[in-house]
Amino acid sequence: MLKEALFDRLPRSAYLWIGIIALILLPWVVGASGGNYWVRVLDFALLYIVLALGLNVVVGFAGLLDLGYIAFYALGAYSYALLASPHLPQHFETIAAAFPQGMHFSPWIVAVFSIILAALFGILLGFPTLQLRGDYLAIVTLGFGEIIRIFMNNLDRPLNLTNGPKGITAIDPIQIFGISFTKPLDLGLIQIPGLYLVFYLFLLLAISVAMICLHLQDSRIGRAWVAIREDEIAAKAMGIKTRNMKLLAFAIGASFAGVAGVLFSAFQGFVSPESFTLWESIVVLAMVVLGGIGHIPGVILGAVLLAIFPEVLRGIAQPLQQALFGQVIIDVEIIRQLIYGLALILIMLYRPGGIWQKGGKNS
Amino acid sequence: MDIFLQQIINGLVLGSIYALIALGYTMVYGVLGIINFAHGEVLMIGAMVSLSLLHLILSMTSDLPAWLTLLIVLSVTMAVCAALSYWIERIAYRPLRNAPRLAPLISAIGMSILLQTIAMMIWSRNPMTYPQLLPSIPIDLWSSGATITGKEIVIIVVALAVMCGLLFLVEKTKLGRAMRATAENTQIAALMGVNPNRIISITFMLGGALAALAGIMIASNYGNVHFYMGFIPGLKAFTAAVLGGIGNLKGAMLGGLLLGLIESLGAGYIGDLTGGVFGSNYQDIFAFLVLILVLVLRPTGLLGERVSDRA
Repeated sequence: MLKEALFDRLPRSAYLWIGIIALILLPWVVGASGGNYWVRVLDFALLYIVLALGLNVVVGFAGLLDLGYIAFYALGAYSYALLASPHLPQHFETIAAAFPQGMHFSPWIVAVFSIILAALFGILLGFPTLQLRGDYLAIVTLGFGEIIRIFMNNLDRPLNLTNGPKGITAIDPIQIFGISFTKPLDLGLIQIPGLYLVFYLFLLLAISVAMICLHLQDSRIGRAWVAIREDEIAAKAMGIKTRNMKLLAFAIGASFAGVAGVLFSAFQGFVSPESFTLWESIVVLAMVVLGGIGHIPGVILGAVLLAIFPEVLRGIAQPLQQALFGQVIIDVEIIRQLIYGLALILIMLYRPGGIWQKGGKNS
Repeated sequence: MDIFLQQIINGLVLGSIYALIALGYTMVYGVLGIINFAHGEVLMIGAMVSLSLLHLILSMTSDLPAWLTLLIVLSVTMAVCAALSYWIERIAYRPLRNAPRLAPLISAIGMSILLQTIAMMIWSRNPMTYPQLLPSIPIDLWSSGATITGKEIVIIVVALAVMCGLLFLVEKTKLGRAMRATAENTQIAALMGVNPNRIISITFMLGGALAALAGIMIASNYGNVHFYMGFIPGLKAFTAAVLGGIGNLKGAMLGGLLLGLIESLGAGYIGDLTGGVFGSNYQDIFAFLVLILVLVLRPTGLLGERVSDRA
């Protein structure tokens, strides 16, 4: 009763505004209390939200398991790294001659390019597998993730395309309408630090992706996906072109990862194969599973929790072990992996809908 | 010619190991219709356990003959891995047998991460060297330049013997008949007096024991072990199982041997074929190419008959 009394007093739009203001103030509050380090953590959390929402389209909506999801993220990141850094002109004379000022493609052009590229690769991978059992897709994507990493690691010889394990450095930072996201933006009254600008940009991206997902979910396409997930044969009988629909889900999920990858490499200024291991794919999967498979608010919650969790763990586990045993017995990274593994099993066994599962008629 | 012969030998060694692992995938697929994602990790744990056992035995006594040491290590490791595999099924698969299909896959991935982490905690995050028990002096074959070691001969012979034994078990014994009946139709097998849960457990245990054997073989073949060592062989053995026709025992053996040969011949000649653009560091790509090709051209595999029913 108390809940209703509290929540009925304000109109819905008021909550929306409170939410927006809270989000705008968030980096300032976090920055003031925790410093720039934590604002960076927030920025990455937003990228993870985009990734998790993308994977949720594949795993949650269409019920397909993609274990190489991070490969599409890598495609986006390396596309931008190659098209907006001195790497290619340095190693190829023809490119240096073609771009006398150096390669500086805008992230937006590259983003569009990598949406297409990632979707294309998604379709290429999905085409042979999606008419078969879903488990095959899991293995094929697992293999694909590994292959992409092998190429990134080895394509520094004989032609230096990716610079191998050393990765590509000096990637152009994000810029929109001449506003650089590395310097503070001077608005007269206040200065907005670059990290905060990145936060707002990523926030916009995350909100747009979430909106797209919400609309997809309620559309004809979204309902077709649910039908396929629940009973593929029945869906087929209802006239749904199951393979095309699955391909579409796969391509859409891949393209979200592609965009996130472009922004990741622009934000980081550096990419290397190390950022795109199988472990990263598992982390994103854990976000979706933990938050609530197929439930958009749950997925967002899962992404935020698991993006911030390792940082908190780092702050707690080490001092705690020092205090209790006088030394660090178990490495924080190992504790993190242990918890992820356990979480995946326990959630599946005891709460398959995730911690914030879908309520109402669909549950 | 010597390169060709050498790659054939390497391929047979690799292939017989893949075949042992692939059998585990294929048997589990046969009875449950799922891919056991944690299978590669059982192999890794097997290699780790055998390493600890070897150290233990070598530290206690040094005058035990090598074959006896090996026999003890093999049997204990296979028992440990059979038990591990049994518990994996009980924890990650059995409670989810009637859940949506995604659920056991995800819990199996969780299991696989958990096992890797446990290996890191018990043993080490870094690669460890694996002691050599079998002679690894190269024997020149027909003075052609191609060589084979005693170790490699043992690997091929043991793998073939175990595979024959397994075939006998599945095709000629009462237990094997129960396994085949469960794979055919679990419910009807249950009506005929077969206890499907028991059969599924036994299948997992057999697969685990084979994985342990394969793990020891990989460890002694490469001379080191690490917590990540189960992933790539697992992926390749799965490819081998699909190549031979998943659910089919002979298919898994054939697929394993073929994949081993394709891989080592491919790695041996890729440099020459591509004019040096790609080197043998692309060896891992062949399995993936084979997987994609099989799925496009003949999804049922070489010896598989059943069409993929549950899409």
